[in-house]
Amino acid sequence: MAETVKLTINGSPIEAEKGTLLIEAARANGIEIPSFCYYEGLTLQAACRMCLVEVEKTPKLQVGCTLPVAEGMVVHTESEVVRQARKGTLEFLLTNHPLDCPVCDKGGECELQDMVFRYGAGESRFTERKQHVDEQQWSPVVFFDAPRCILCYRCVRVCNEGMGVNALGVANRGVIAEIVPNHHDHLECDECGACIDICPVGALTSGIYRYQTRPWEMNHVGTICTHCADGCRTTLGVRNEKIIRGNNRDSSGINGEFLCIKGRYGFDFTEHPERLQSPMARVGDGFEPVSWSKALEIVAGKFAAVKKRAGRFGVIGSSHTTNEENYFLQKFARQALGTKNIDHHRSGDLTTFVDALTDRANVLASTADLYTAKAVLVVASDLSQQHPLLANQIRANVRHHNAHVYAVTAGPVREDQQATASVRVQKGGELAGVESLRGKLAAEGDLVILFGDAIQGESLRKLIAFGDSLGVPVKYVCLVDYSNSRGAFDMGLIPREGGMSREQMLAAADLDVLWVVGANPLKSAALAAKGAFVVVQDLFMTETAKRADIVFPAASAYEKSGTVTNVCGEVQKLKAAIKVMGAKTDLEIFGLIAKEMGPEVVKTVGIWSPDKVFEEIRKTVHGYDISVPVIATGGAAPTMPLNGRVAALPGTVASAGDTLFTSGTLSRYSKILNSVMESPGGLYSVKESGGKGSAS
Amino acid sequence: MPTKLYNEPSPLETRVLSKRFGLADSHTLDVYLANDGFKAFLKAHEMTPAQIIDEVKASALRGRGGAGFPTGLKWSFVPRTSPKPKYIVINADESEPGTCKDRLLMEYDPYQMIEGILIAGMAMDSHKGYLYIRGEYRYLLDHMDKVIAEAYSRGYLGKNIAGTGFDFDLYTHSGAGAYECGEETALLDSLEGKRGIPRMKPPFPAVAGAWASPTLLNNVETFSSIPVIIRDGGPAFAALGTPKNGGTRLVCISGHVNKPGVYELPLGFPMLKAIYEVAGGIPGGKKLKAVVPGGSSCPILKADECDIPMDYDTLAKIGSMLGSGGMVVLDETTDMVKFALRIMRFYAHESCGWCIPCREGTTWLRKILQRFDDGGGRHDDVALLGELSKNMLGRTFCALGDAAAMPTISIVDKFAADFEKRLAGSAKSQLVVV
Amino acid sequence: MNFSPQLEQRFAKMLESYPEGRKRSAVVPMLIYAQDETGAITEELIAEVAKRCEVAPLQVDEVVGYYSMLHRKPLGKYHVQVCTNISCMLVGGTELYEHAKKKLGIGHKQVTSDGQFSLEEVECMGACSWAPAVEINYDFHHHVTPERLDQLIEAVRKRS
Ligand SMILES: Cc1cc2nc3c(=O)[nH]c(=O)nc-3n(C[C@H](O)[C@H](O)[C@H](O)COP(=O)(O)O)c2cc1C
Ligand code: SF4
Ligand code: FES
Repeated sequence: MAETVKLTINGSPIEAEKGTLLIEAARANGIEIPSFCYYEGLTLQAACRMCLVEVEKTPKLQVGCTLPVAEGMVVHTESEVVRQARKGTLEFLLTNHPLDCPVCDKGGECELQDMVFRYGAGESRFTERKQHVDEQQWSPVVFFDAPRCILCYRCVRVCNEGMGVNALGVANRGVIAEIVPNHHDHLECDECGACIDICPVGALTSGIYRYQTRPWEMNHVGTICTHCADGCRTTLGVRNEKIIRGNNRDSSGINGEFLCIKGRYGFDFTEHPERLQSPMARVGDGFEPVSWSKALEIVAGKFAAVKKRAGRFGVIGSSHTTNEENYFLQKFARQALGTKNIDHHRSGDLTTFVDALTDRANVLASTADLYTAKAVLVVASDLSQQHPLLANQIRANVRHHNAHVYAVTAGPVREDQQATASVRVQKGGELAGVESLRGKLAAEGDLVILFGDAIQGESLRKLIAFGDSLGVPVKYVCLVDYSNSRGAFDMGLIPREGGMSREQMLAAADLDVLWVVGANPLKSAALAAKGAFVVVQDLFMTETAKRADIVFPAASAYEKSGTVTNVCGEVQKLKAAIKVMGAKTDLEIFGLIAKEMGPEVVKTVGIWSPDKVFEEIRKTVHGYDISVPVIATGGAAPTMPLNGRVAALPGTVASAGDTLFTSGTLSRYSKILNSVMESPGGLYSVKESGGKGSAS
Repeated sequence: MPTKLYNEPSPLETRVLSKRFGLADSHTLDVYLANDGFKAFLKAHEMTPAQIIDEVKASALRGRGGAGFPTGLKWSFVPRTSPKPKYIVINADESEPGTCKDRLLMEYDPYQMIEGILIAGMAMDSHKGYLYIRGEYRYLLDHMDKVIAEAYSRGYLGKNIAGTGFDFDLYTHSGAGAYECGEETALLDSLEGKRGIPRMKPPFPAVAGAWASPTLLNNVETFSSIPVIIRDGGPAFAALGTPKNGGTRLVCISGHVNKPGVYELPLGFPMLKAIYEVAGGIPGGKKLKAVVPGGSSCPILKADECDIPMDYDTLAKIGSMLGSGGMVVLDETTDMVKFALRIMRFYAHESCGWCIPCREGTTWLRKILQRFDDGGGRHDDVALLGELSKNMLGRTFCALGDAAAMPTISIVDKFAADFEKRLAGSAKSQLVVV
Repeated sequence: MNFSPQLEQRFAKMLESYPEGRKRSAVVPMLIYAQDETGAITEELIAEVAKRCEVAPLQVDEVVGYYSMLHRKPLGKYHVQVCTNISCMLVGGTELYEHAKKKLGIGHKQVTSDGQFSLEEVECMGACSWAPAVEINYDFHHHVTPERLDQLIEAVRKRS
């Protein structure tokens, strides 16, 4: 515990750690010191002057956001002179502010509005002409209205310091000073929207959200982003079954306020015109809508028949569906259909990972560890593009704790900016690259190693052996692609005990039934079994769905409850934000098929309620005996799957290499993700051509 | 280089820093050497850093850039033993309206300044200096580049200076038009290639200045005062002025006087004597109305406040400042509304825009004054001007905000009558609807 | 982008003069010296300075808008700067500026149609004791009267 000092604020004695900023010390004790430019975690500006307070024995008012507390300090935050100063500053601020609140998106959640309401002058004495500048569009998602800007420089800092993108600057001088984008009239950046999110007023607004609604007219639903594997919590603003915006202003969850473009804007696929809203049955080369009962009858009949004559089933699950759905699906397949042919698109070698680390403790890094570790090594991943949150955690760690970053990658990555050392390697040369850093890494206090799909099988074991040989505490993250890739593996959507892999199923000419849930294996491969009966559950008519005999319209993650497990093995809860007519959750679809197949099957698979299935998961799945209250309250519960050897699996492990602007199949149906000029970009820096690009 | 002076000297001057002004080729090394040049440097070489700093302290020299901070004290703040390189930055931004002296010191006697810089270098264990000259002074940048080249070629810059074993490199650095870049920390940002935005203090430049290294930053005239202090001793320099206000300084007299010019006067020199005898009084026998004592940032003095000795403490006592030595004389015909407006136009134009009170305040004040001057004045404007200025005063990030507020407060306070007169004069004023 | 040999030489020395890894420090001087040759701060120049000083173009762009002497549009061959700040104003600076406007037929920051002259009402340029002052390009002129200004303008007219 660091040294503490005693001071008095507004007459009440306060203790604070030496060096704490007065504004923080006050807030920690429930005393509000107003501020615009001060923003926790970003550099100090002392520009807005809203935080001026009276400190006894100092002639001038003091700046609360930069003043460290000191022993015996006597502070007044509500004295007449302080109030008068705030009022004066707000009056100045409003002189060039358009006061167009009625037509401003920020209305109702504007810090300036609140501030004027609480501390401001009733009416302004300003009667001169205001500066005017027209609104500018900087990108499909970012609009800028200069007159509303109060120059708190939050956007510039969150972009430069927070994101490491450096896309925003300040131009001109004095009263015509204004925020400018990196390409004169437009932005070329991550399009993450953090600048919009952090803007205290309506200067930066979202192309998606603007003029749609008022904050108080929306329901705000906290759930988990359905795109990449990092599992950011996003609060969806919903109005009449339509998602209007995503942000995380309440800083809940593992990601604080952070979201990338996908989490913030990539929700519009839910309302895409091609969204399936009724079961479809193949008729000749085409499809026709059929009733649920009809579709279920056909599928159940087929399943029963094939099972009866001990035919061959193949089941391919999803990396986007919930743990409950994945668990239920593999149970259905194994126990009700009696097949071991179960798999999903494996994007990281979790099998070897879990096996190699089995029975060890403190070797799985949490999202939080990336912010506290003394050093981080990134191997074979363009982290800022493939794992935006993990990359953000690392950048913050460097900013706040001077952590050391090392990158061993095939091309330039953003991590290089902060890296203590970066090594460029050809595919296959990763371990050699890592070895070249041995000396530096062994000198670190502790280390987290994150690695992509290039590290699998033997090389994965070698990497862990390398970590062990360093003689410092090492934790690992095995990078996987999608919102529930980790869950799909943990729940057993894998060809254990001699089951067929995804590739084997597609190649088996004698497959009788292929049941594909929320996946699109036929996008990049053909189905050998010409006669196979194919059932697909999906949101859209994907390449795979087009080969199906029956297609069920499935609900997306934003339309269901249940749990998902992120890349660090942390379990979080989904909350349904909207309902899409005609679609059903995959879990319900499984249940209805079981029901249609008869009481026997129902008995084997059990009740299809998310909570019931989750209870069963906690009891039966290794490492999932997690705390219910934690996730029930929006928290993330760590899992501990390291118990018992895991036999090697057939089939391939390959990341789709999605960029910031692609995410499996979903991004194809997001107008917004496709509208930004950077989309889809490529990995290992957008500049570099011949990057892996997107496989989705 | 013409050695013709811009104005005739006055017999009432005490020419210490300017004693070589007017000598043929006074800017050359030979002329400098022939006139006591580098004696102080060689003497300082025999002294310990502490002795040098004590000598400067004893001289009661106070910063000539405007703030008037005791120079010796400032020198003692620089951590001589820091492992980081230490830098010396010379503030030649000379942008305070009414000020035009650093120009002459560099034009006529650049080696005096260089010698002062080198002495500071020895005291700080610093070996690199940057001469930040405002962009408008391009002829001086070229001039100083030539002088510096000569100094290198003759061994008075670079390695083993004058055989003392002391090394020092000096470079010129051009500004590009920004008053705020005269503020020491904004200057450092500008020197580092950024917008001239002032920095938070602490850390002070002495500890973390240019490129985050310990940095001594002084005005051209301050450095130019060092050689004589070391050569003749601090006390001798101090004795030229009044207690705690050592030496002489270049006073730039401008405005309504018969003989405007830059005159070297000892601190404590009577203001009225400067106006009426040194500068030859007010043209046409007009009456004195007001005086801006030390550059546009200083609160203005009414005629009846001007019977004072010109030193830092006296001016502070009567609520103004000695500032940068820019003394502007106003006769009875001066329109104080126009005068206040012109000052505020300047500060609004020069505000860097970083902090709200200055950015918005200066512009608002400018707009009110413009409207007032255009005949759209209202009775409550006068009070408003004062109140808004007070809402800036002491609340801005750097002193530019104060520099804009102080003269305005003093003008509307001391010359309210002028504003009232203008109101009465303008029939329009009652009609304006906004 | 290439500059005259003299300027290239200046820039080479300039970049040398700052501490290791501090090339950015050259941004402001490089811009103003380059502007004298290119006539204005173009996008190309910004990119070039950014390259030489090892910063992002945006960081140079930010600087350009801040300094009053950096111009994105070309000035006249002769840039006439008339000071109207207090010391000059008190002794006829304002009238001098008005005269210059009439004489050149242009206003603040405008350029004559033949591109020969541009005019700017400037802030104090450090000639207060020899006011009113005018700076044409980088040449100072003191105690300038309207008549004197006419002569100066005619003189440069002849020169070109
Ligand atoms: C807005 C502003 C403008 C300034 N302009 C100048 C200037 O042009 N020249 C100067 O020497 N000091 C100027 N100063 C003062 C410097 O900040 C600094 O105090 C001074 O250069 C220190 O040197 P000195 O102690 O030798 O005076 C200015 C200060 C402010 C707040
Ligand atoms: S007072 Fe504020 S806006 Fe004005 S110059 Fe200083 S920092 Fe910039
Ligand atoms: S919060 Fe302190 S100045 Fe803005």
